[in-house]
Amino acid sequence: MSSSISITDVGRVYTDTDGNKVTALQDVSLDIREGEFVSIIGPSGCGKTTLLRLIAGLDKPRSGSLTIDGRDITDVSPERGYVFQQGGLFPWLTVEKNIAYGLRARKVFKREREKVSEYISMVGLDGFEKSYPHQISGGMAQRVAIARALINEPKALLLDEPMGALDSFTRSDLQDKLLELWKHKRITMILVTHDIDEAIYLSDRIVIMTPRPGRINRIIDVDLPRPRHRGGSEFLAMRKEILELFRLAQAEPQPEYMI
Amino acid sequence: MNTDAAAVLSAVQVKENKAVSAHEKGHSRRNNTYFFLRILFTVSGFFIAILVNLFFPQTADVEIKDYRLNIFGMNVGLTINDAYIFVLSALILVYALSGVRALNDKDSRRKYSRNAAFRFALGIALALWDIGGTKLQLFAQPFFPGPAQVIEAYLADGSYIAENLLYSLRLYAAGFSCGVIMGVGTGILIGWFPKVYYWVFPVLKITGVVPAVAWMPFALTLLPNSFSAAVFLIVICAWFQIAFLTAQGIQSTPRQNYEAARILGSSQTGLILHVAIPHAMPDIFTGISSANAMAFTTLVMSEMLGQPGGLGYYINQSKVWSAYYKVLAAIVIMAVLFSLINHIIGRIQKHTLRWQEGVLKK
Ligand SMILES: Nc1ncnc2c1ncn2[C@@H]1O[C@H](COP(=O)(O)OP(=O)(O)OP(=O)(O)O)[C@@H](O)[C@H]1O
Ligand SMILES: [Mg+2]
Repeated sequence: MSSSISITDVGRVYTDTDGNKVTALQDVSLDIREGEFVSIIGPSGCGKTTLLRLIAGLDKPRSGSLTIDGRDITDVSPERGYVFQQGGLFPWLTVEKNIAYGLRARKVFKREREKVSEYISMVGLDGFEKSYPHQISGGMAQRVAIARALINEPKALLLDEPMGALDSFTRSDLQDKLLELWKHKRITMILVTHDIDEAIYLSDRIVIMTPRPGRINRIIDVDLPRPRHRGGSEFLAMRKEILELFRLAQAEPQPEYMI
Repeated sequence: MNTDAAAVLSAVQVKENKAVSAHEKGHSRRNNTYFFLRILFTVSGFFIAILVNLFFPQTADVEIKDYRLNIFGMNVGLTINDAYIFVLSALILVYALSGVRALNDKDSRRKYSRNAAFRFALGIALALWDIGGTKLQLFAQPFFPGPAQVIEAYLADGSYIAENLLYSLRLYAAGFSCGVIMGVGTGILIGWFPKVYYWVFPVLKITGVVPAVAWMPFALTLLPNSFSAAVFLIVICAWFQIAFLTAQGIQSTPRQNYEAARILGSSQTGLILHVAIPHAMPDIFTGISSANAMAFTTLVMSEMLGQPGGLGYYINQSKVWSAYYKVLAAIVIMAVLFSLINHIIGRIQKHTLRWQEGVLKK
């Protein structure tokens, strides 16, 4: 129930409101294997969301191509679930109805309605079925968003900083939940994050991006056995290595900021 | 040993609970007495109004007419003062009962208490009006009759007023429901299709500022009868306003909501029905309530200017006969009717937009 995604020489240029061209992505190539857990990290503005939107089919590249299982990605599809960076829930629907949305949209609600309570329990939201999004916490809202994406049983799940706004306890809780889901459903996971620890803890591979223009700087394999320990020496070594990469990337001369 | 300790602990707890509840009971008993005083205070104004009507000397020369009514087959004779006292007693009963009903709910108690002073003042105002309008007749006549005379209008004209009320209701219901349906429909089209927006929106914007009654000459000459003419005018004033706001609500739907829905497998119609329209709901209701106020105006105006019935027509007719007490009677009915309609719309709005509760500042 998973699929491979390949991204070849993809570029995307935005024109901002002043008419300036912003190269959000340049020559990005990446192959993601079936059932792989890939994290994308990089500083703000390096094109992570842009890349994820291209994979989802929400946006089209200016150059290059994106395929899933060999087919071109031309439009959105329920087989690629998406969790937005923030506030992706429908505020006018209850938790339960938000989660059931995909079933209704695909007109299978009558047949598969018992899945709703199953997915509510899966993300630990029993008792909050009738709450509206503004009545639950940010962490709960992200769990709703994840359940809502998963109920369609997608082959790949694209997550745009789903834990960006959470405190560290809720965050590690949700990370474990995500790992559990991934193991259980064997979906291809693509996670955008700012958090190096999170990337190491969760992924098979970490894609490091740098901004202006947004491109892939390095791809790191995380060969640590699971479950991983955040305090382990290999973990910390890898963390140091990645931090070093960022430091180097930032140390490149940037004349306009030099006095 | 352990269980003993637990037993002692729980015994202590039970005692404490008892103490607390006893304390609370005392507290609530005092509260109840206080609240009963509130109820008394609320109704005492109307009670004073009754006393004034009964015992204040009738010095001015006002005819206190006698009416015979047929109530459940019984032939009852009563003066207009009797009828007035009956209404006051009914008010006392209603407010006393609503006070008793509020007794066990903190929120309704607070609301009731807040209204007490106003309701008391209302009773006193009625008493003063009675003295000034009927007992001493201090005001210019026939423009300012007393409360008993206003009630006389219902005794004299009851079924005729009811007939006109029904006529108004029919006009309003036909016009407003049509206006809402057409307004929401056009608003969705304008908000969703850029082409429709381009061609229709400017027209709507310009015609929308013209008060609906300005179209009356056309309506009266071009439409087959005066009823349909009035319906047309109400439709116009509801239609433009609601279409305008509906379109705005649809257009302001965040792109991310559409994207989320599309990824989840929604069809194009699904996007309209389950994303755009729910998002526009608050604006649609803003449109409906402001259109509603305009619809009342249009309704009464068109009734005054060329309808064979309706409360506006009744007012006009009464004015011709200088029966200002009837004019007032009709105005009271309008106030009650329109508030009731507003209340119903407010209820529907609150239910539909319950997902917003707590998000917006009250
Ligand atoms: N719709 C748009 N119009 C113009 N420029 C855009 C648009 N979307 C993104 N950009 C620009 O493209 C670049 C990459 O944006 P993107 O949102 O992909 O960054 P990001 O890596 O997701 O950042 P963050 O970590 O802050 O979310 C930024 O410089 C941004 O200003
Ligand atoms: Mg982003």
